[in-house]
Amino acid sequence: MSGQGVPADFSGHMLDLDEDDDLEVFSKNTSVADGSIVLDSPSSMVNQYRLEYNDEEQQETITKDLFVSVDNPESHVTTIETFITYRVVTKTTRSEFDSSEYEVRRRYQEFLWLRSRLEESHPTLIVNPLPEKFVMKGLVERFSEDFIETRRKALDRFLNKISVHPILSYSEHVKVFLTAQELQPHRKQGPGFLTRMGETVRAVANSVRGLKSRPEEFILMQDYVEDFSNKITSVDKVTQRIIKEQKEYLDELKQYGPTYSQWAEAEEDLSDSLKGVANCVERCSKETGDHIDHLSQVLVPALHEYVLCAETVKAVMRRRDNIQAEFEARNDALASRKADQETVSTLLYPHTPTENHTYLQEEVDSLADRLEMANIALKEDWSRWQNNMRSDLRSAFLSTTEKNIEYYEKVSLKFTSQYTQTLHEMSIRADQAF
Amino acid sequence: MVQMVEEGSTLLCRMEICVAEAEKRSGKNAMSMQETFTAYLIETRPMDAVAEGRNPAPDSLWRRYSEFELLRNYLIVTYPYIVVPPLPEKRAEFVWHKLSADNMDPDFVERRRVGLENFLLRVALHPVLSNDKILYHFLTEEHGWKDVVYETGFQAKADSRLRALSATFRVRNPVKRFLEMKHYSDQLQSHTSQLLRARARVADRLYGVYKVHGNYGRVFSEWSAMEKEMGDGLQSAGHHMDAYAASIDDILEEEEHYADQIKEYLFYAESLRAVCRKHELAQFELEMSSQDLISKKQQREELATGIVRIFSLKGMTNKLFGQEAPEQREARLKLLEELITEGEESVKEKTVECQEHVEKAWVDMQRFKGQKDRDLREALINYAVMQINMCKKGIQVWSNAKECFLKM
Repeated sequence: MSGQGVPADFSGHMLDLDEDDDLEVFSKNTSVADGSIVLDSPSSMVNQYRLEYNDEEQQETITKDLFVSVDNPESHVTTIETFITYRVVTKTTRSEFDSSEYEVRRRYQEFLWLRSRLEESHPTLIVNPLPEKFVMKGLVERFSEDFIETRRKALDRFLNKISVHPILSYSEHVKVFLTAQELQPHRKQGPGFLTRMGETVRAVANSVRGLKSRPEEFILMQDYVEDFSNKITSVDKVTQRIIKEQKEYLDELKQYGPTYSQWAEAEEDLSDSLKGVANCVERCSKETGDHIDHLSQVLVPALHEYVLCAETVKAVMRRRDNIQAEFEARNDALASRKADQETVSTLLYPHTPTENHTYLQEEVDSLADRLEMANIALKEDWSRWQNNMRSDLRSAFLSTTEKNIEYYEKVSLKFTSQYTQTLHEMSIRADQAF
Repeated sequence: MVQMVEEGSTLLCRMEICVAEAEKRSGKNAMSMQETFTAYLIETRPMDAVAEGRNPAPDSLWRRYSEFELLRNYLIVTYPYIVVPPLPEKRAEFVWHKLSADNMDPDFVERRRVGLENFLLRVALHPVLSNDKILYHFLTEEHGWKDVVYETGFQAKADSRLRALSATFRVRNPVKRFLEMKHYSDQLQSHTSQLLRARARVADRLYGVYKVHGNYGRVFSEWSAMEKEMGDGLQSAGHHMDAYAASIDDILEEEEHYADQIKEYLFYAESLRAVCRKHELAQFELEMSSQDLISKKQQREELATGIVRIFSLKGMTNKLFGQEAPEQREARLKLLEELITEGEESVKEKTVECQEHVEKAWVDMQRFKGQKDRDLREALINYAVMQINMCKKGIQVWSNAKECFLKM
């Protein structure tokens, strides 16, 4: 469990520590001193977070104060539908939470709700994607064990990523999601569908107008995301192809091994050696099967997640662009009004006091602020995201190389013992000949 | 191939033999048509010169595959009680997709060169075959050898396929051991060919797995160009993936040698079956001769005593149309006596022939069994070693890749 980059279930760690030790450690964390959300400056929080990933085991238990896990899928049958719910367990020392432990059941739809709420409230933060499209190629039973387990792991990852996010984890929506027994009443609140539609329409209208100029760093970001998306999709495809080839290899191995054991039956002295090779090939089959499972359960989900992430980041960038476009549109409107006014009024009405564009000015100012905050939020989240990406993919690749090494070690061991055995037999027979 | 030194002196004790080279040639064939073929250079050196440390230039001559076939056919006919070593395959079989089925492909030619050398060494090591004069001429006289072979008239002695097949079905008392051995030869053939077929398919698939990893190499390389911190790690990991993909070529090439070792015994099964069939044929002919002798003796008895014990046309016509004249009867009796004498000789000969064949064949089949067990056990050991080496290479490559990812 320990040492892996894939967020494990940390509630295990919590249970090991003495209750008092916990509190002692957490009281040092000033960011939750008096119940109000005192955010450290974003950069220091990011630094704090960076530290976590360099020395996971040690730092996690010190800086992390919200532990979540998703497990225990269960089927629910109603007259209308059948669906799966998952148990979501929360352990926390944060004072915003009334209790230190919660247990609720949530279904996939409710995760979707949480995510869309978070995206709405923080349009320029990169919210981890959900596993809907993590379905592997080919027919997948919606209720098959493998599919449910894959999804559960992905949901667990999703919540864990949220729980360590310096901004998102403090969202009211997250709190409600983790604590409310019934989520239904809360789902009605918040900007409704129509408002979202309105935003989309405005966004489209603004983008038609076009951006004046995107700041350099976001141009670079855009280019990077495009390229990254292509690359990660390719890696994903290559991996799928490898799995396919491995499966076909496994099929042939299963036919190959028995040819040795069948031959052994027709032989006398040679029988043991032949059976030995048959066993080796069988071991090879087993290890290949395990290897395929590992690729499917570890590498593929990690790659899929980042394929989706790339799309998420692109969407975030579009939203940022819209915010900029909206500001620019309003700003232009204000500027042209002022310009008009100057020209017209000074010419025609030299003594009329100039119109106070307070309302418009205020609007423009608030849009400017909004833009600046959005840019800052995105820049920092982008930095976080890049670190996460590097760490997650690194860990998935490492896991894959380790599995490959393990495969070869096990197969080698089997053949070595076969080799030693046969040599031994040969020497016995050589002795017998004399 | 394990060379166990047989007791007694064999050709190989006196002469070092190898098939050194292969060369493409063009020439006219029997029908005066232009053709391309491969010729193989056989080099021989007297063993005592080698043992004394002298290094004289070897004698050499060129032979093509069809000449090897001729030699082998001669040996099979001349020594029907010997399990004659097989030749390497004429055409590439059990190919998997990357392996060429082209007879002119250099890898195929090389493997065939090794196979031909193996054939010669096995024959030269054989306690019986190694003493054959025709074999000696094959190794020493380039021109005119073919004429010498044909002059032995071995082709006339060859058993017709039809006769052999008929004997298989009609023989009454073959020696039980030979029946068992024939059954075993069928098993050996069936199991080895299944193994070879399955192995070729596994090789094909394994090739696919390794080669797809080369795509990682390409993508990682492109990806590394856009990354700052991850760049180096990704790029070098990509190189290792390329190395991994490339490594399968040598691995599978080596495995072909293992396949060739198994193939040799696939073809040996045919030789073994041939010896068993020869026994059946000899036994059948003996039975036929004995049968013939018995019936002739009965005819003589009938003629002598006049009592018809067995229905015969002559007997019937005699009854219907009256007996023949005493002179005629005398003449017939005399002829019968001659035939019976001949028949007794024939039965004696065939009995000896059959018995000799049984004894000699049994000796060689035992020898063959021992050789087969040793050779195949060694082949299986080689296979294990190959797999272990393949694993070592795999561990190396992936450990290197792991180092790169750690730096990512």
